[in-house]
Amino acid sequence: MKVSIKVNGTLYEREVEPRMLLVHFLREELGLTGTNVGCDTSQCGACNVHLNGQVVKSCTCLAVQADGSEVTTIEGLKTNGHLHPMQEAFWEKHGLQCGFCTPGMIMTSVALLQSNPHPTDAEIRHGLEGNLCRCTGYQNIVAAVKAAAEIK
Amino acid sequence: MVAAEEIIGSRIKRREDPRLITGEAKYLEDIQLPGLLHAAILRSPHAHAKIKKIDISKAAKHPGVIAVYTGKDFADVNPMPCAWQAGKVKNNVNTPRVLEIDRVTFTGAGVAVVIAEDRYTAQDALELIHVDYEVLPAVVDAEKATKAGAPQLHENAPSNIALEWTCGTQESTDRALKEADVVVKQRMLNQRLIPTPMETRGCIAQYQAATEEWTVWMTSQAPHVMRLLMTAFVFGVPETKMRVISPQVGGGFGAKIFLYPEYCLMVALSRKIGRPVKWMETRSENYIATTHGRDHITEIEVGAKKDGTITALKVNTYANLGGVLSTIAPGIPTTLYGRMLSGTYRIPNIFCHVYGVYTNTGMVDAYRGAGRPEATYVIERAVDLVAHELGLDPVAIRRKNFIPPDAFPYDPVILNGLKYDSGEYAKALDLALKMLGYESFRKEQAEARKQGRYLGVGFSSYVEICGVAPSAWIGLPGEGWGAGLWESANVRVHLTGKVVVTTGSQSHGQGHETSVAQVVAGELGIAVDDVIVQHSDTLGTPFGYGTYGSRSTAVGTVAVYNSLQKIKEKAKLLGAHMLEAAPEDVVFEDGKVFVKGSPDQSKTIQEIAGAAALAYSLPPGMEPFLDNTSYYDPPNCTFPFGTHICVVEVDKESGEVKIKRYIAIDDVGKVINPMIVEGQVHGGIVQGVAQALWEGAVYDDNGQLLTGSLMDYAIPKADFFPTFETDRTETPTPVNPLGVKGAGETGTIASTPAVVNAIVDALSPFGVKHIDMPVTPPKIWRILQGHGG
Repeated sequence: MKVSIKVNGTLYEREVEPRMLLVHFLREELGLTGTNVGCDTSQCGACNVHLNGQVVKSCTCLAVQADGSEVTTIEGLKTNGHLHPMQEAFWEKHGLQCGFCTPGMIMTSVALLQSNPHPTDAEIRHGLEGNLCRCTGYQNIVAAVKAAAEIK
Repeated sequence: MVAAEEIIGSRIKRREDPRLITGEAKYLEDIQLPGLLHAAILRSPHAHAKIKKIDISKAAKHPGVIAVYTGKDFADVNPMPCAWQAGKVKNNVNTPRVLEIDRVTFTGAGVAVVIAEDRYTAQDALELIHVDYEVLPAVVDAEKATKAGAPQLHENAPSNIALEWTCGTQESTDRALKEADVVVKQRMLNQRLIPTPMETRGCIAQYQAATEEWTVWMTSQAPHVMRLLMTAFVFGVPETKMRVISPQVGGGFGAKIFLYPEYCLMVALSRKIGRPVKWMETRSENYIATTHGRDHITEIEVGAKKDGTITALKVNTYANLGGVLSTIAPGIPTTLYGRMLSGTYRIPNIFCHVYGVYTNTGMVDAYRGAGRPEATYVIERAVDLVAHELGLDPVAIRRKNFIPPDAFPYDPVILNGLKYDSGEYAKALDLALKMLGYESFRKEQAEARKQGRYLGVGFSSYVEICGVAPSAWIGLPGEGWGAGLWESANVRVHLTGKVVVTTGSQSHGQGHETSVAQVVAGELGIAVDDVIVQHSDTLGTPFGYGTYGSRSTAVGTVAVYNSLQKIKEKAKLLGAHMLEAAPEDVVFEDGKVFVKGSPDQSKTIQEIAGAAALAYSLPPGMEPFLDNTSYYDPPNCTFPFGTHICVVEVDKESGEVKIKRYIAIDDVGKVINPMIVEGQVHGGIVQGVAQALWEGAVYDDNGQLLTGSLMDYAIPKADFFPTFETDRTETPTPVNPLGVKGAGETGTIASTPAVVNAIVDALSPFGVKHIDMPVTPPKIWRILQGHGG
């Protein structure tokens, strides 16, 4: 099937198998390997991207479902070569260790602040429920999201 | 810029992060090669079965399939080696093959492989393979597996016993138990856990027929060891014929130390097919085919005097090792468990008996802490049980039995000749108590009980063993480890003054590229940004044993430090030559060489490096370039310690446990980057608390993993925790010149008993003395119902 999907501001048209997952479309068709796959049951959130401004698990969405949509991935967060404040905050607050969950975690965090610009710790922790991290114990991720909220 | 002398000990932002926060880092799954094929593995759905026949004909004809193979096609490939067998006892070793040929002993064992042009096709074709199994009865419980009538897994392991190991003295321990004022007995389970690094495992192998050489990319914590084991033990080819690369690795927690069948399968396939082949594990595969951790059934007997002085500890453990042995499985419930059972206490008589047992379950090997969490759980629960029996305060009994600061180096006798290096156990406890406000907590607890609210506090005053060495102690002559356990480093100061460090250890989230650079910058008086740390590729790094057991700083970074001292010595000689001064008159300070007392006339390390590289004028006999390689084999292990305190509230109606406060005081010796150490502690606490409250791998009686995905296995989420309150005491180790002990596992080792002790404390009005993990709400609810609560 033919799909046309705008990813990080560029329109891509591709012929794909109907069963191709959005995450594989991004990674294998477009070479955007920043989005990771951490599970096969939609639990971990490592594959989170923005689809028309909403966070979605790109392992649970078919590429054909994203036809005609706009997708933002971790690679699309920088503006004019500058890191997004959320990327800066994760770096500053040591909000990552192995980094595998980080792209998904950052994409969720960005969306979290878009819907709630000044969250409490509890709201941040609740908002990150769909993202698993096995390294950080979440504490510095919470600190990073808070710090990013303050920059904004 | 941070001043040179302050670099070591500073919160420097990690240098590995820019590639990770932008998605530019290349993990195994991100690597593409021309002509790359994809492999998918068919795994046994039965826990114990004979393979009668495998029909691959349909799968082989499926469009897009390149080849299908079964175990018989690899009969010439050796089984995986078991590289750490329990010391000085007979080990009945059975290890996996690249694909099993005639029998499987756990659900998930590989029996066939499909290689196809793409992953979707490979998965499709798996469903076309037909395997005829003769299903055999299964046993999943380690204790039951040793009893008469249990299904037998391996001919060479009667009663399914892989090994029987002891440490300590049975006779004196039995006598001390007989003479004790009180003896407390308890059976306790340390349940099986699934490590779950967020990146699963994977491997790409490429073979060059012209030179008979491989390049293998794998998700490994120990690429040099993988190369050694694959070439010398599995394939019988020269070690020099293989290059192993660990790309960016997304966490390991022990599970990525080992040599797995799939890696060797890719190596074999790449040679057979003549094209590069990739296998990337799915999470469902990860749960059945990657190693698990813990899984002990333990009976303890503790003897004490009326005043709380502990006089004896007797421990009998059935350690479940799974259907076959993983790479270092036997060493975990023996050396790393039994030898640490004294904890932070003077216990004159200890005896530990361990059965390592085969069952029809997935392989069990090192998982974060590896043996020490199990030992710490035993001793920290034991201390609380004695306190409960004697009506003593859990803090008081700890203080009474602590090894005092003046007793170090301390020989706990069961450590087979090693001694605890340094410790101030009461100091860490005091700091933790101060942060808690112990007295006011007890008042609050009493008040709450009157209102029908159940608060509890739990303590864990732990000690663990890191930087495991010396080679002669851990190796074959002593503890059965089948190699050495030193580390290596090369430091080169290039013509421009920029420094390249190569190390045999490996980083998969620990931040070595930052912490090692800090040591270099601090020692040489240069900017951190002028140092690059390279690792994880057998081409271009000196041999090293890899990263596990919190050893990369305590062993690997000390090798870097030693090389830096030799480089500074050479720089002094050359600097003196350049200054036309006598070598004995000059000093190296803040990155400069100058005659003592005359810092105005100096040569910088950059100038000296340039002179060494140009080699126009060197002192007689001096070789060009500032370059040094060190191999460091420590004289002893290091022993981090501390006290963790957990405060919980148990909901009497629902049985739910809420963590109200978590305090962690850790002493990991000198700290190179406090930010990184705190991150390690946070992550460790979460994994340890998760064992106490939520996680647990469950097999049914047929050997089916019921917790086979992230839907069923409870990895904790962000909102399960309060903000941890952490601090440190700093007792440098005399073992190494950096004074560092190791920080990767303390949180996991300490936290589990702190949580369980807190829950038992909360439930003590109901007569609860012990409760097995994971302490889930239904478990508490049932206990409270049973006690009429």
